[in-house]
Amino acid sequence: MTPLAGFLLVAALLFSIGLAGALTRRNAILVLIGIELMLNAANLNLIAFWRYGPHPEMLTGMMFAIFSIAVAAAEAAVGLGLVISIHRHANTTDLDQMNRMKG
Amino acid sequence: MSFVFYLLAALTVAGGLAAVLLKNTVHCALALTVAFAGLAFLYLNLDAQFAGFAQILVYIGAVAILVVFAILLTKGSETPKDGVFSKTWLAGLAVAAGVFAVLGWAVLQTAPMLPKATPAPAVTVGQIGNALVDRYVLPLEIVAVLLTVALIGAVIVALHEKEGTR
Amino acid sequence: MIDRLDQIFVLLRQWVVGFLPASWQTAAAVVLSVVVIVAFFPALFALTVWMERKGLGRIQNRLGPNRVGPFGLLQPIADGIKSLTKEDIVPLSADAAVHLLAPLMLVVAVFMGFAVLPMGRNMVLVDMDAGLLFYFAMGASTEVAVFMAGWSSRNKYSLLGAMRAVAQMISYEVVLLLSSVVVVMMTGSLSLTKIVEAQNHYTWGLPHWYIFTPWGLAGFVMYAIAATAETNRSPFDLPEGESELVAGYHTEYSGFKFALFFLGEYLAMFSISGLGATLFLGGWSAPFSFLSWVPSWIWFFSKLMLSIFVFIWMRGTLPRLRQDQLMNFAWKFILPLCLLNVFVAALWRFMGEGWPRWVVCSAILVVAYVVVGRIEMRSEHFGPRRYRYAE
Repeated sequence: MTPLAGFLLVAALLFSIGLAGALTRRNAILVLIGIELMLNAANLNLIAFWRYGPHPEMLTGMMFAIFSIAVAAAEAAVGLGLVISIHRHANTTDLDQMNRMKG
Repeated sequence: MSFVFYLLAALTVAGGLAAVLLKNTVHCALALTVAFAGLAFLYLNLDAQFAGFAQILVYIGAVAILVVFAILLTKGSETPKDGVFSKTWLAGLAVAAGVFAVLGWAVLQTAPMLPKATPAPAVTVGQIGNALVDRYVLPLEIVAVLLTVALIGAVIVALHEKEGTR
Repeated sequence: MIDRLDQIFVLLRQWVVGFLPASWQTAAAVVLSVVVIVAFFPALFALTVWMERKGLGRIQNRLGPNRVGPFGLLQPIADGIKSLTKEDIVPLSADAAVHLLAPLMLVVAVFMGFAVLPMGRNMVLVDMDAGLLFYFAMGASTEVAVFMAGWSSRNKYSLLGAMRAVAQMISYEVVLLLSSVVVVMMTGSLSLTKIVEAQNHYTWGLPHWYIFTPWGLAGFVMYAIAATAETNRSPFDLPEGESELVAGYHTEYSGFKFALFFLGEYLAMFSISGLGATLFLGGWSAPFSFLSWVPSWIWFFSKLMLSIFVFIWMRGTLPRLRQDQLMNFAWKFILPLCLLNVFVAALWRFMGEGWPRWVVCSAILVVAYVVVGRIEMRSEHFGPRRYRYAE
């Protein structure tokens, strides 16, 4: 198994762990943690393909990953602001109890 | 593949598993920090030094702290009485297992066709800087606007309302 | 001969490593340098503890420790023995694993910062291309360790202290980064050795240190303020002030773990002073060209100890800032001036050599400082003091 295949498998595993966390946990913040894990797994994929791909001197993969890190940080900030605002309104972050549109 | 890769991969996957399985939310956030650190070392293993240090600086230094602050501000450290997994946990687990099966099968099928080990590219920070203002100037400006918008938006969303329905 | 004295540590290392077989030599050289750093800086920490207690004592019109050894010089040894032999109390409801890991993570992250500091000519442990970025990445890791310490103690005061410390460190981290960006911009490299080499030139005997330029002076002042806040030193030591919060995030730590926190704080002070000396004060280069015969590492450590002395002086003299005053100061006052500093540095580069650029850049910075200061202070009423008495 080539090194690239190893990195891709690790990224796939991390992605599915993040997906499982985002789909099965009750707390809204843990869903966001799962989303961050998924974004990081995608970044690992990008960097692995950049390293073992045909033209690493074009820096495409590295640039993509750096922008992805920046955008993920912004998205985490907004998402957590939303969670805090929801908690202030409903006094809970339990997603199983937020199953109505009426607030 | 090298022993270092196996060690780092094990550390990262263990951190990820702990981040979604533990009961105490703050422990989950700290396990997430371990996963981020493992990923940063994997980037260093892939000769992407700038991405590795940026990962530590942004994710461990900012996103992890943000997650922890949000947990503390929303009383997340109290465990709910019905358990930490939602009622539909089996469906979620099945979907995630399915996704991993498809991705893993795709990787292993095409494994013989993937490029073999290539010599490490010598990337200097100067090249990255030049690329940022030469080829990637439009994404750079868009990300700048996006970060400003996200900053202002997050502050407004989480702002205390002095009047209004509360 | 002068050259040999300058390079004495490098030559010593080569001589010691020469006894080993050739395939082990690079690894052994690195291990030897690491051992020397890990042994030397805690020794400097002991000296600094003594200096601080005597210095603070003299500023406060008292003597400081003078019983243990001549002038109290053996006091740090007594302190060390005390903290090693004290009972290690962990609260019953504390989170034992996180409680143990927090000081370890702090000390590891702080020690990693020393790897990129150029302590003399050719005396850097790892000459990284992105050295400054690595240093700030390690600095960011200390925030997580501080939070872990405060949260795992299950103590309201610890948690409050940790939250305040983390909020302060994040705000001033932005200021620290922006004031270093100016130096990186003018040098064109993130590598600390290149930054020092760019400052190692002399005009009419005076050095080209960045502090002697308008944008460099402004940057250095902002860096110094941010460095004081990053290491939780007075006047920014609300998270650990004894009269405010018991001891902040290290309330529940005793014995060796507390000694590790103490060590971590002082080592962070050393490494941030070292970085400030590298970025703005010319690192290991001599102040005047006729003094270049003095070894480079003496200059580096003199600048470091001078910064430590200024830290101690500030601790003894200035009153503590309140948390909201501190955050206001960072976000509303220093940050706009930092951004303006980046603009002024760009203007400096594009105006070309000559005296007009000195006048224009200094004028812009001074006017901005006065204007932003006036805007920030407009709600403060400085008049005769009004006394209110209980009825």
